[in-house]
Amino acid sequence: MKQVANKDAVLRISSDEKWINQSDVALQTNESDGYALEEALRLKEAKGDGEVVVCSLGPQSAKTVIKDALARGADRGIHIGVDDSYKLSPFQIASTIADAIRDEKADLIFAGLQSDDASYGQTGVILAEQLGIPHATIVIEVDRTSLNESLRIKRELESGWYQWFTYKLPALLTIQSGISQIRYASLKGIMAAKKKEIRDVTPTVADFPSAQKVEKVYLPLKMKQTQMLGDGDAKKGAAELVEKLKTEVRVI
Amino acid sequence: MILVFIEHKNCVLNKTSLEAITAAQSIGKDLRLPVSAVIPCDKDCALAHEIAGYDLEKVIVAKNEKLATYTPDAYADAWTEVIKATSPQYVVMAHTYQVRDFAPKVAARLGREVVGDCIRYRAEPPASAGGRSELVLTRRMFLGKLDADVTSGGEAPYFVTFQSGAFRGDNAAKGSSAVETMDVHVGDVRMTPEEPFQEAKASVDLTRSNIIVAIGRGIKSQENIALAQQLATALGADLAASRPICDADWLPIDRQIGSSGQTVAPKLYIALGISGAIQHIVGMKNSGTIVAINKDAEAPIFDIADYGIVGDLFEAVPVMIEEVKKAKS
Repeated sequence: MKQVANKDAVLRISSDEKWINQSDVALQTNESDGYALEEALRLKEAKGDGEVVVCSLGPQSAKTVIKDALARGADRGIHIGVDDSYKLSPFQIASTIADAIRDEKADLIFAGLQSDDASYGQTGVILAEQLGIPHATIVIEVDRTSLNESLRIKRELESGWYQWFTYKLPALLTIQSGISQIRYASLKGIMAAKKKEIRDVTPTVADFPSAQKVEKVYLPLKMKQTQMLGDGDAKKGAAELVEKLKTEVRVI
Repeated sequence: MILVFIEHKNCVLNKTSLEAITAAQSIGKDLRLPVSAVIPCDKDCALAHEIAGYDLEKVIVAKNEKLATYTPDAYADAWTEVIKATSPQYVVMAHTYQVRDFAPKVAARLGREVVGDCIRYRAEPPASAGGRSELVLTRRMFLGKLDADVTSGGEAPYFVTFQSGAFRGDNAAKGSSAVETMDVHVGDVRMTPEEPFQEAKASVDLTRSNIIVAIGRGIKSQENIALAQQLATALGADLAASRPICDADWLPIDRQIGSSGQTVAPKLYIALGISGAIQHIVGMKNSGTIVAINKDAEAPIFDIADYGIVGDLFEAVPVMIEEVKKAKS
């Protein structure tokens, strides 16, 4: 699970123009990661047995994400402490997580589909490859009754299409937002979380020559000038509009 | 060279692959690299000849019986082998759900990562300067609030995916290229796919809509919603509304856009008879393209619209439906 800038936060670009000023924004758990946790908890509850371990890579503040997950029902946590984690490329993040959790020998790894900040959308997939286990992305339903040596899951395809797959375990699933209703932490959960273990990992992040490098972040170029169509004739405007949708907006 | 991925289901082309061809041809021109297409398939793909009609060096059909239906394991094995055999500089793909599933795996296996969901690129230094250029790719971050210019590190191959619509498929240059079959090895496939299926659109998550047709007070009556629905259907869009429509129970609350409803950023947002109160605007202002149709030329919705029609929506919408159907047929 990743800690990211709050969705509604006003973002200020940092002075080096490579990221945002993270110190002055409210932070929250990445949306799809919250759903990933929820799915893990539900699967454990359905089986009536097992352990859910939450792992987050990031600075000290990322512990908030772990503590919140523990309050919701995760059994223990792993915090991989990296101060400037935003500087890491997805391959570096995945490799560092792989090293930290390999010995856990998880039967299933749930991850969010992508982060709402860098939106690399590949950490989970690379992690699976690093661990030598199969993966499925954009998972929108988990057939909890199917859990055995394998698990049946539903993937979202495009244009309203879906597909069920059965995966041999261990496997890694990246979860789509909205797969279920996320639970709130109960008062009891919050109290219980205080006694749960968080393992601190201080990794050595290896250099990765093939890392993609953010050269510059900036506000999207927006030059909004309204093109008025039809000159007062709505029918003519409509015909012109469809032509624009075809040639300029390219949605038809 | 540049490899471009051709996505298909049972030899029926996924049209975003043509956008990928356009992107690859453009990059090829700027970097002076030839482009070849790769089609994973279980047979001598029926699509190969169609793709050979584009200006490519060759069309490579990566063939193995396990490539009949998409699985990430089989596709990753096939792609790894093709890349090892051809040593491309760039691998260009459309940022589809399928590509998002397998491309990072292939990249990771080769010790690379994907610069994903790019919206444009430039060659630096520019190709016109002569000499060697590299790509600076632009991708969206922070839910579209910021753009980032990104470069790839290390050695080739570099994996790049482009967002749908970043390039035009019908701009792909035609030509004639050779078709080559490469028998590839596919190892253990650890997932078993069932048949893909379509689900009836029940309750929609509008945050994931590509196109939204939204109605406001200007729609006048519940009966008139059918007209907006026809336009939405023609465009493959989802229907949404401003608050008054949902307050009146003409549409369910999950269709409401704005501060008390959903916040959306589709590629195209068509506002029919919506004046554009700030409570509505905050829910849709980040849409890619905004169209406003309103009788009132002073309506604030026009301030944020890319295209505007001042006039009666009941005159405009039927013409739009007809023209969209014509354009799509």
